Amino acid sequence: MRTLFSFHGGVHPATHKAESTRTPITRAAIPSKLVIPLWQHVGNRSVPIVQVGDHVLKGQKIGRPEGKLSSAVHASTSGTVSAIDMQLVAHHSGLPDLCVTLIPDGKDEWVTHAGVDIAHTAPAELRHLLRKAGVVGLGGAVFPSDLKTDAHHHQMRTLVINGAECEPYITCDDMLMRERALDILHGAELLRELLQAEEVLIGIEDNKPEAIAAMQLAVTQAGYRKMEVLSVPTVYPSGGAKQLIRILTGIEVAAGVRSTEKGVQCFNVATAYSAWRALAHGEPLLSRIITVTGNVSHAQNFEVLIGTPLNELVALAGSQPDTTRHIMGGPMMGVDLPSGTVSVTKATNCIIASSPKLFPPPAPALPCIRCVRCADVCPADLQPQDLYWFAKSNNFGKAQEFNLADCIECGACAYVCPSNIPLVQYYRYAKSEIHARSVEKLAADKARERHDYRQFRIEREKTEKAQRLAQKERDAAAAKASFDANLAATENAQQQTINEAIERAKAQAVGTHALNTEALTPEQLAKIAAVDARRAKLHELAANAGADDEPPKS
Amino acid sequence: MFSSPFITQPNSVSQIMLRVLLALIPGIALYVWYFGPAILVSITLASITALATEAAMLKLRKRPIKPFISDNTALLTAWLLALSIPPLAPWWLIVVGTAFAIAVSKHLYGGLGSNPFNPAMIGYAVLIISFPVHMTHWLTPHAMSGVELSFIEQLNYIFNGVLPNHLTLDAITMATALDTMKTQLHLGLSVTDIRDMPIYGHLAGKGSEIVAIGFAIGGLYLILTRIITWHLPVAYLAALFATAGIFHLVDPQHYVTPLFHWFSGAAMIGAFFILTDPVTSPTTVKGKFIFAIGAGVLTYLIRAFGGFPDGMAFATLLMNICVPLIDAYTQPKVFGKKGAGK
Amino acid sequence: MISALWVMIGISLLLGTVLGYSALKFKVEGNPLAEKIDAVLPQTQCGQCGFPGCKPYAEAIAKGEVGINKCPPGGEEGIQKLADLLGVEFQPFGEGAAPKAKALAFIDEQTCIGCTLCIQACPVDAIVGAAKQMHTIISSECTGCELCLPPCPVDCISMNQVGEDIGSWKWQHPVIIPIKIAA
Repeated sequence: MRTLFSFHGGVHPATHKAESTRTPITRAAIPSKLVIPLWQHVGNRSVPIVQVGDHVLKGQKIGRPEGKLSSAVHASTSGTVSAIDMQLVAHHSGLPDLCVTLIPDGKDEWVTHAGVDIAHTAPAELRHLLRKAGVVGLGGAVFPSDLKTDAHHHQMRTLVINGAECEPYITCDDMLMRERALDILHGAELLRELLQAEEVLIGIEDNKPEAIAAMQLAVTQAGYRKMEVLSVPTVYPSGGAKQLIRILTGIEVAAGVRSTEKGVQCFNVATAYSAWRALAHGEPLLSRIITVTGNVSHAQNFEVLIGTPLNELVALAGSQPDTTRHIMGGPMMGVDLPSGTVSVTKATNCIIASSPKLFPPPAPALPCIRCVRCADVCPADLQPQDLYWFAKSNNFGKAQEFNLADCIECGACAYVCPSNIPLVQYYRYAKSEIHARSVEKLAADKARERHDYRQFRIEREKTEKAQRLAQKERDAAAAKASFDANLAATENAQQQTINEAIERAKAQAVGTHALNTEALTPEQLAKIAAVDARRAKLHELAANAGADDEPPKS
Repeated sequence: MFSSPFITQPNSVSQIMLRVLLALIPGIALYVWYFGPAILVSITLASITALATEAAMLKLRKRPIKPFISDNTALLTAWLLALSIPPLAPWWLIVVGTAFAIAVSKHLYGGLGSNPFNPAMIGYAVLIISFPVHMTHWLTPHAMSGVELSFIEQLNYIFNGVLPNHLTLDAITMATALDTMKTQLHLGLSVTDIRDMPIYGHLAGKGSEIVAIGFAIGGLYLILTRIITWHLPVAYLAALFATAGIFHLVDPQHYVTPLFHWFSGAAMIGAFFILTDPVTSPTTVKGKFIFAIGAGVLTYLIRAFGGFPDGMAFATLLMNICVPLIDAYTQPKVFGKKGAGK
Repeated sequence: MISALWVMIGISLLLGTVLGYSALKFKVEGNPLAEKIDAVLPQTQCGQCGFPGCKPYAEAIAKGEVGINKCPPGGEEGIQKLADLLGVEFQPFGEGAAPKAKALAFIDEQTCIGCTLCIQACPVDAIVGAAKQMHTIISSECTGCELCLPPCPVDCISMNQVGEDIGSWKWQHPVIIPIKIAA
């Protein structure tokens, strides 16, 4: 028997799961229209590739992924595109987003599709097929699965398959495991191969004995050796990916850390199932199992086409007149839907019809008395009472210091708060403000960089211009200088010739003088001296008259 | 705006405080059994004063009155304060103390959840400093004095200061077990001699030791129903026991047994009802230990060496000051950041 | 008395030495304050503060030449951040300097004559185009500074407010009901 671990805290709200597990999964009828949002996944919105008026087949791609972090969107049935416009979508904000409206023709005619030979297809190709098939995490996070199946060269030890389903009311994974265990296991094996993980651990809360039995039986039937179905204690939020990884492997994955770095990855059972259908049968993600429960006459699970309007789906389970609102997801983390007209998406695991009787409006909040019941139940070991003060006073820096990023927004703190403080709402507020600020900061840094570069560029252009100008001036100056230099050189050369001639003449004069003045008699010498003296006298006179030092003429 | 979670646990501040009030009842019942119904008078007086002061302060602060007045926190302050002062004290003493506790130490600091000090202990501290004489006339158990004042006679004394003709105050009141111990030790008596005095029972003061057991039972109920956690009471009592034990082992004739310290004075009610006030105690587990151990050691030191017979109130207040610091330095590691192992 | 005096003098000498030493030892190069201020500013480079860009304004604040309330794009939160950083009082915006909602410039491509004047005005090079060619704004780079509006000879640039969609949507501050009753 494997030893399980536990995480800190957790709560035990009433589960309300029995209501919706009495009847098997029913295929919901094709609705009168389908409103398929193009943004059903984490990352970039898909880009529509159909036109209004186009006839599309079931499984035909109508939105292509944009960028790396994105996924494809398909027509859930055959029919005609009647609009591509902004429609209210199932989102906390209650804002509209781009949707493709499809009027089904009722033929439910498939596009040609076929599975691939998984064993003989390259992993990269399989990932690409997952992306093309629009497979995303169906536990609610809707993260594109193709990216999660990439281990980024880390040695993978464990693949965790999440069948915990800890939120009250929701039973879609429970019913899927009971009825389609084998396909889930094939999907799990496929994901294990993609990740090259050593083992697969399937965690299921012990309040689902039927699902555990079905899965264990399927493991034996399929004969997968490296796979183990484990019953985990029922405590909310054991179905959080980080919490389940902790329970099954003892590994804790902090905020901002990829679980693959720790050698573990986690997929929801429904994701494993859809991945298998996509690759082995070539069926893109067109439908999913949805629990319809709460204030309805007969709660049960349906297999619903993506894009089915909420009203039509809830009507199948018997809507009640006193239903005031609908919640997508569970009562702990669900989304209060803006209207009954929004359509179900890949993220919709459960619809709870709600009445004031079922979920009474929150009581007015009292001040925090620091009773730390919130800290006692926090599965991330945070100090919610401190984070509350920081979030309330917009002290986001301090909130980050106290690890707000590690908050998984499970709502256990708000669930137990005796003062009815909307704690998790404060953390969501603070987290979205922090996110918005970091986006702004990035934009500001980019703007600064661009501005600085522009300044640099203007400066450089100015310098270059100045340099060019300077160069021109220098060139002109140099040209003038070389002309002058040439002129000077010519003059010098003439002077040189003159001087040389003078030298030669001198030397000649000396030589001549030497020749005819050899072997003179004393009389002759005396005569010469007398002549020289006369000359000297003449010279002296000439010098006095201003004459310069011309060589003596002989 | 309506956003998840859409369900909440059915609990509230007023329910929690109501449970704490209920847990005080065994102790109060034993109190009445041993000392007569006077304590009920002071509890009633304190309760009325507390609610009136609370309402007046909320009105002055322009806060809604109903949700706050029904949260039972003012009542709890009133009861704890009433249990800390002599039941036969004149009526105005409890009124002044409670009004001060609620108006000054609670509302002037921002009301519920914002007060740094335990309001009941502030009320007690103000009274013992301002009116020390009135704070020493504790009732003698009936069994010992042989006199049992009727309810009317007790009322008459509390409101008019008039005793039945044949009685003096000294005949029906006495100093507490801790007070007597301290005075007699100063006079040079040994612990053994003092413990032989008639006011002492098996553990500590006759009567009061049983009342302390009543409070401990109430405290255990609170722990079992998860209203409070075990950390603070256990750490406090352990620290008090250990400190007292060390001194007792060194010199048994000067330092009384640890059990005596447990069951005398405000130790038991303090451990389970006063230190555990969530507003004025630390939020982290490590911090709770530091806080309670500090309070336990301080209680002993004040009792053994300080100027007051009991140290619970001042130990609590002194540790209250440290709470923000303790919290800041004892932040636990969060999920995924605990390091290897575990 | 005398000895006490000596002790005091000794202490002050010692402390003075330590202070002087640390002033030299731990001297901070450059002007990190201006950079810190610049990091807080929104980098729209709009010049609404009267300086040619965010950095010159940051430097002016660092020198204490100008108030911290001259940056409308930063909003009151920006002023608060500057006040916290500099340890000064919060100053409200002056007359007519209130912040506007974030908007991006948009060129009406039918009207644009391709004069390049806006390209020269854009502080962050967020406009592409060439002479006699139509220009367009790279909206992801536009800071909404409005500096391209005045030079345009045909007024073909308009500011489009940035709406909220589910991508940019934020959770609201939860409101606690009994905060204060109406007096």
